[in-house]
Amino acid sequence: MKRPEPVQVIKERREAALAALVARVPYIQFLGVQFDRRGDELTAVLPFKDALIGNPALPAIHGGVTAAFLEITAIIELGWSSLWPEVETGRTAPGDITPASLPRLPKTIDFTVDYLRSGLPRDAYARARINRSGRRYASVHVEAWQDNRTRLYAQATGHFLMPARDG
Amino acid sequence: MDPQAKTKLARQFIEAIPHSRELGMRLDEISDGFAVCSMGYDPRFIGDPDTGVIHGGAVSALMDTCAGAAVMSHPDAPVVTATIDLRIDYMRAATPGQDIICEATCYHVTRSVAFVRCVAFDADRDNPVASAAGAFTADRGSASRRSSEALS
Repeated sequence: MKRPEPVQVIKERREAALAALVARVPYIQFLGVQFDRRGDELTAVLPFKDALIGNPALPAIHGGVTAAFLEITAIIELGWSSLWPEVETGRTAPGDITPASLPRLPKTIDFTVDYLRSGLPRDAYARARINRSGRRYASVHVEAWQDNRTRLYAQATGHFLMPARDG
Repeated sequence: MDPQAKTKLARQFIEAIPHSRELGMRLDEISDGFAVCSMGYDPRFIGDPDTGVIHGGAVSALMDTCAGAAVMSHPDAPVVTATIDLRIDYMRAATPGQDIICEATCYHVTRSVAFVRCVAFDADRDNPVASAAGAFTADRGSASRRSSEALS
């Protein structure tokens, strides 16, 4: 029987793939969104900064920032889930993952954000769940929270057009 | 409050929003429940590195701000509002290099909710980039109570 790969090799390959996927999108860097990974599970993190404020009187995070944060989380989750099988076969070494080798990102068809509470001036977290992913269309639900995982401050549902696959 | 003073207050509020300034947003027009906001092309806002197209999130921020401005300037709505929900439909990719312009209309206000429609364009005015529909708080309870608190 083949020996399993050393855990460090697997981790390094997964981290390289995720970093490459995220680093390609300038707007993700603009907002400062980061991704935590546990196995294949991603959590998007939005560290608070003053530039994210939408209501200085409260203060509260801009509704547009929350919408963008949730949309980024959905798109990266879709990109990650299509990249995952490739990463897991072990065919790609970390150095082989370049912007050109990554799959094209899905396009948003529609996105509906439900604002449940005002976004407080502190870090926010989000996780996306792919409810349906077909050859052409995908439906994704995203939940975002701040201090308590069970007290969501926003949630969203979006539909996406998946990039055409080769072959 | 007379409409002119209200519009002026709404303008001051919108122009003071830190994130809208960060995106270089301009408030081009505001009056009686109608607002026009625009945003220049910036490589930092790119969402699709293969095409240079702006991220949907930046368009969301523009539409959310513009919709809020339309609510604030409506004669029957309070100057303070918060988004309850916003749905955006993306009809096509915005052309890289062009400004994005959003027009928002607050078409109905009840005692507690304001309803808004928005359309976003680039230089091709006949083919909108995106459209949106949203509900906003229009809570005119006691003056000390802020509408966004109504949600928390």
